[in-house]
Amino acid sequence: MSFIRIWAIFVRQLFLLYRNPTRLINIFLWATIDVFIWGLLTRYLDTIGQSAFSFTTVLFGAIILWELLVRAHQGSMLPFLEDVWTQNFINFFASPLKLGEYVAGLVLSSIFTSTIGFGGIALMAGLFFGFNILLLGFWLLPFLIILFIFGIALGIFTGGLIMRLGPAAEWIAWPISAIISPLVGIFYPISVLPSKVQYISHALPPTYVFEGMRQLVLAGQFTPKLLYPLAIGFGLSLVYLVAAYLFFAWVHKIALRRGLIARFGTETTT
Amino acid sequence: MNPDPILQINNLTKTYKKFTAVNDVSFEVRPGEIVGLLGPNGAGKTTIINMVLGVLEKSSGTMQLNGFDMTADRTKTNQDMNFAAVYAHLPGNLTVRQNLYVFSLLYSIKNVNKKINEVLVEFDLVKFANTKTGLLSSGEQSRVNLAKATLNDPCLLLFDEPTASLDPSTSQLIRDRIRQHVTDKQAAVLWTSHNMQEVSLICDRVLFLSRGKILLEGDPKTLPQAHGKADLEELFIAVAREPLSLDQTV
Repeated sequence: MSFIRIWAIFVRQLFLLYRNPTRLINIFLWATIDVFIWGLLTRYLDTIGQSAFSFTTVLFGAIILWELLVRAHQGSMLPFLEDVWTQNFINFFASPLKLGEYVAGLVLSSIFTSTIGFGGIALMAGLFFGFNILLLGFWLLPFLIILFIFGIALGIFTGGLIMRLGPAAEWIAWPISAIISPLVGIFYPISVLPSKVQYISHALPPTYVFEGMRQLVLAGQFTPKLLYPLAIGFGLSLVYLVAAYLFFAWVHKIALRRGLIARFGTETTT
Repeated sequence: MNPDPILQINNLTKTYKKFTAVNDVSFEVRPGEIVGLLGPNGAGKTTIINMVLGVLEKSSGTMQLNGFDMTADRTKTNQDMNFAAVYAHLPGNLTVRQNLYVFSLLYSIKNVNKKINEVLVEFDLVKFANTKTGLLSSGEQSRVNLAKATLNDPCLLLFDEPTASLDPSTSQLIRDRIRQHVTDKQAAVLWTSHNMQEVSLICDRVLFLSRGKILLEGDPKTLPQAHGKADLEELFIAVAREPLSLDQTV
């Protein structure tokens, strides 16, 4: 692995962001809309709920954490899509760049953009709605790590899917996090889901984050009971990350065999 | 005595299901040599170039660069070669300098800024250094591709119709620069083109491909006469239309 080549992939994203308000706004726009919709909604619910339940902490906190996953997903997927849009795969993969270095570059880009995006969202939530993301204390960190790793895994997986199916499959990439959102208990405990659907929920790392966060807020402090689900969530997120990379590597091998790296733009389902 | 070849291809084959795009092709390119890969559309020229570049998996055969296996040691061998192709433009949303910077990092070039300034001057791109690559004319973009291709002082250069969108004057300048590069660095070049006049001017040797096989090989200046044709263009047409009449597979 060469850090310089990983850096090259990342630097390209920096160049694209530099002095480009359109791309910078893209990092914040949807998150800002979500912060305001959910901030105002939870403020209203807190009013009618008469403080019997802290909607702000549970719902608003959940949506901010969910935004981190979405940022991480899009942060690793967008640099890949840049290569689709500019038909750049032949230039990159005819260079000494290794596949692992390319993926590491996508991850580095995602760390950068999702940190900026998440930081901006957290700041807005604090400034406009008085919500302190650090309310969860030290235990916020493992929650964030699990969501971040899973978001990256989703980004790599969707990248592989587009490489396998061709550029027309781009539409699958965007809503994929929204598709899994009802299953992971962002706004409600997964116990309200049909029992068979709950099996799927248990296989998804964000479930352990949102269930854990609710327990933490309701208990008011961290309890050792939370360690076990956190460990499962963390382990699962790593499994998804490795599986996503293996999928991407497999798809890349097929693309090499069929000559799709050189002429990526062709529909490749056949 | 001939120096050891830079590129050595042996029994290279590429098969897609029932279709064989490249069929048991063997050739070599030596230091300081420009070899033209000629043939009608679909003859297998780009397929060979893509396999050498490592963006297309071969079905069988071996490829070596300076004695290193180009499949097993791909990162090392790709470090020592580069390419420019009419169908492979650099990202249009980066400036020329930014593109050259990213590829300098990918090819682990030392003194990056010095090298970038050198190629900008060499390919007459200084005034476009801070222009988005996508805003350049196709001829200017071709020059950017060529600048990128020489960034790492490669010992093997692969050109797939590199002057296709250049005017005759710029084409000549580019050919001169490539010839100079080859002489200075003792590099090897594999060059595809449909411009037979250009091939006659720049190539030391040509390989005529038809249906994935090498049909003819020789000096572009003497080969046409050896096969009873007036010039390379006439020979090309004969290869494209009546390959069996010339079948002397090498």
